[in-house]
Amino acid sequence: MESQNVIQVQSLTKKFGDFTAVDAISFEVKKGEIFGFLGANGAGKTTAMKMLIGISMPTSGEAIVAGFDVYKNRDNIKRNIGYMSQKFALYDDLTVKENITFFGGIYGLKKNQIKEKTTQLINDLALQEVANKLVGSLPLGWKQKIAFSVALLHNPKIVFLDEPTGGVDPITRRQFWEMIYQTANTGTTIFVTTHYMDEAEYCNRVSIMVNGKIEALDTPKKLKEKYNATNMNDVFLKLARSPSLTLPKGNGTHTEN
Amino acid sequence: MKRFIGFIKKEFYHIIRDKRSLFILLGMPIVQIILFGFAITNEINNVDIAILDHSKDVTTQEIINKIASSKYFSIKEYIANETEIERSFKKGKIKAVLIFEKDFSKKLTKENNASIQIITDASDPNTANTISNYINSILRNYQQQINKNIHLAYQINPNTKMIFNPELKSVFMFVPGVMTIILMLVSAMMTSISISREKEFGTMEVLLVSPLKPFQVIIGKVVPYILLSIFNATVIVLLSILVFEMPIEGSLLFLVAENILFIITSLSLGILISTVSENQQKAMMISLVTLMLPTIILSGFIFPISSMPWILQAITNIIPAKWFVIILKGIMLKGVGISYLWKETLILIGMTLFFIMLSIKKYKIRLE
Amino acid sequence: MGIKAQNISKSFKNVTALKNISFDVKEGELFGLIGPDGAGKSTLFRILTTLLFADKGNATVAGFDVVEDYKNIRKNVGYMPGRFSLYQDLTVEENLEFYATIFGTTIEENYDLIKEIYIQIEPFKKRRAGKLSGGMKQKLALSCALIHKPKVLFLDEPTTGVDPVSRKEFWEMLKRLQQKGITILVSTPYMDEAELCDRIALIQHGKIMQIDTPQEIINHYPKNIYNISAENMHNLIECLNEYEHNYSVYPFGENVHYTDKRDLFNSQELYDFLQSKNLKDVEINNTIPTIEDVFMELTK
Repeated sequence: MESQNVIQVQSLTKKFGDFTAVDAISFEVKKGEIFGFLGANGAGKTTAMKMLIGISMPTSGEAIVAGFDVYKNRDNIKRNIGYMSQKFALYDDLTVKENITFFGGIYGLKKNQIKEKTTQLINDLALQEVANKLVGSLPLGWKQKIAFSVALLHNPKIVFLDEPTGGVDPITRRQFWEMIYQTANTGTTIFVTTHYMDEAEYCNRVSIMVNGKIEALDTPKKLKEKYNATNMNDVFLKLARSPSLTLPKGNGTHTEN
Repeated sequence: MKRFIGFIKKEFYHIIRDKRSLFILLGMPIVQIILFGFAITNEINNVDIAILDHSKDVTTQEIINKIASSKYFSIKEYIANETEIERSFKKGKIKAVLIFEKDFSKKLTKENNASIQIITDASDPNTANTISNYINSILRNYQQQINKNIHLAYQINPNTKMIFNPELKSVFMFVPGVMTIILMLVSAMMTSISISREKEFGTMEVLLVSPLKPFQVIIGKVVPYILLSIFNATVIVLLSILVFEMPIEGSLLFLVAENILFIITSLSLGILISTVSENQQKAMMISLVTLMLPTIILSGFIFPISSMPWILQAITNIIPAKWFVIILKGIMLKGVGISYLWKETLILIGMTLFFIMLSIKKYKIRLE
Repeated sequence: MGIKAQNISKSFKNVTALKNISFDVKEGELFGLIGPDGAGKSTLFRILTTLLFADKGNATVAGFDVVEDYKNIRKNVGYMPGRFSLYQDLTVEENLEFYATIFGTTIEENYDLIKEIYIQIEPFKKRRAGKLSGGMKQKLALSCALIHKPKVLFLDEPTTGVDPVSRKEFWEMLKRLQQKGITILVSTPYMDEAELCDRIALIQHGKIMQIDTPQEIINHYPKNIYNISAENMHNLIECLNEYEHNYSVYPFGENVHYTDKRDLFNSQELYDFLQSKNLKDVEINNTIPTIEDVFMELTK
């Protein structure tokens, strides 16, 4: 492979008691790749993602993220990744500028860097008019674009996006993906989960998790050929649909969502 | 009715499932009573004092003996001159110094007038006050004793007697206060939190879009806390009787009735708070600021109302807890009945009706 | 009559949530309100479920006026709000039992109606609702909303945040409920769910832009849509955006949906243009528009 791997996962496992949430998954993600991480509710996506961003300790297996080990170097991982989730992204009761300053601060940017980035971000997203407005008063679509830009403030090597486009109108959703493409083009790796199957097709490669295991991993095109499906939705349904799928496993001490 | 019972059942599940809160709710009265009863106290016991006796005669010796033999004081040291007084205080051992003037006995018999100076450490004003009261009372006692022998034609004998709480046991003062706080807390705060939780989690929307009537929702919310509060009140009364040997002078039945009245007052306040708070946090804050603080500070249970500035005295009148504390003290310590407490009871009933009316008016059958 | 709304308007402070909304839902119909978050869907649901007063306009549900007859509506509808309104600290069974009793019924009485849904979560009936996965919570919430056999069912974004498998199962359940004669009003931000409804209303910024069957809405799409694909998606989009005759360029899965400003579109010309930009494997095909295309055209 000519491009370097920014995420390298080998037999990564997470157990909660006798319930295996993530069952020996292995994959790698290349620099500048848009990697789709799909799975049904409760398939183990969130748990796997938490291990990769260094907020959950794996039970066993190996994982190197942005060049750092998830066991030993979690602080360094956090310094080199960006994270944005649908549930929490920005503080609604702070203004756009205050949010940027705050997040710039916690990512360790210097004062003049923050100033520079703030101006750049506001110009790029054409936010001049609302820069001093509370984030809570902005439309959802704007918030998500700002949140994405904020996650990129410290030039991370990888950005983790957890269902970034939920509930947004279709045009804004596409504008958001434009931003993702641009970011990936500059060499930043995108690791994204989504419930919109058409978005899965925008990814360079897609993995589908079922019951804690990665059942499929390839380009959307090859996956469709392999499963003889017309679109990713069909692929997903064929892979993930089994009668017991939506029923939870284990003793109920851990569930996603 | 079946709907209503189903609702109450659900409320009990909530209370039982939240083990931590339940533990606090049931444990708090016990902890508070014991804290107030043992730790925070106005009583004095074996307080160390020093004596500066300039005359060292029979009379002073008699008085000193009398003081030393009381269980309230023990004489730590005898000091020789005034300059030592401050040093003695600063060592921190003694709380008071008694100074007998020169020729005490002679002055007393010849001039019928001798003086004792009492110096107390007022860095703890409550204790200082109590100490000086106790010493004064011992001195008066002594005075009466010696005056028996010398018969004077005209004499006023102030015969101070502490009644209702003759031993000045502070726990007796605190029991009504603690009871008030606990009932207020459990009834008002918990009700308001439990109603606003339904709003916060969105379940209120579904309750509203159901045939349940608004009053059924409210009564259903309130019933479990009435029972919990009655349980707490019982625990407090039992503890004060069994552990602190507090006498309940008045009618137990009347006490129960007044308790239930105050529980209903608090519950109606809780419902009122829930109508203006859309989440648990807000309900909690409003309860603490508008209920707990006034109950503790302005009910007259810690700070005597009579020594407050007039404006605060006026405000205390609208604090339900003030009236309840008066009622409780009346029943528990004085043993009086409704014929003495009808005014306070009526005020509480009036307040309760007012709060209930207001919350019914404010309770929304819609989201706005 | 299922639902009838006439000229409903609603504002909060200075934000207009709904502007002059009118629509009918026939008895036994599965009607979808399609639009993104903030379009006004939840406000409309709350007005119809008697939780909010409209500023203007009137509405009836199951023949009852939402203001005058709100008590009858509350007896006859099932409502599943955007956040699944379950008691997290109660078990699956306790939740269902509670909702049954407050509607004056029992689980047994209407078990037939919920059987197919509930049977999937029944093995976990002793588990607290807070410990269920998203798909299971959704099924439990639906069972709770159905337990009193409502005439009209209101489902506010029941599939948001739920994976495609659970979503598909959920829609299959709705279809079966519809066959039992229940009128269903459902809202969703997922455009691909629109075609599963009998009729839909496209809603954005508090206004209904179009009401019809999904097929009719697609038929009325004014332009010809072309599916364009190339090896590098990102470059393809950039090139199409540069193309002077483009009317709209939207990525759709592995393709781009393209429409042209001109009535007469020459695909060869575009093909040559893309070739000249060094794009490989270019393919241009005529395709059928989707509801999402219509929605984007209407909000453009």
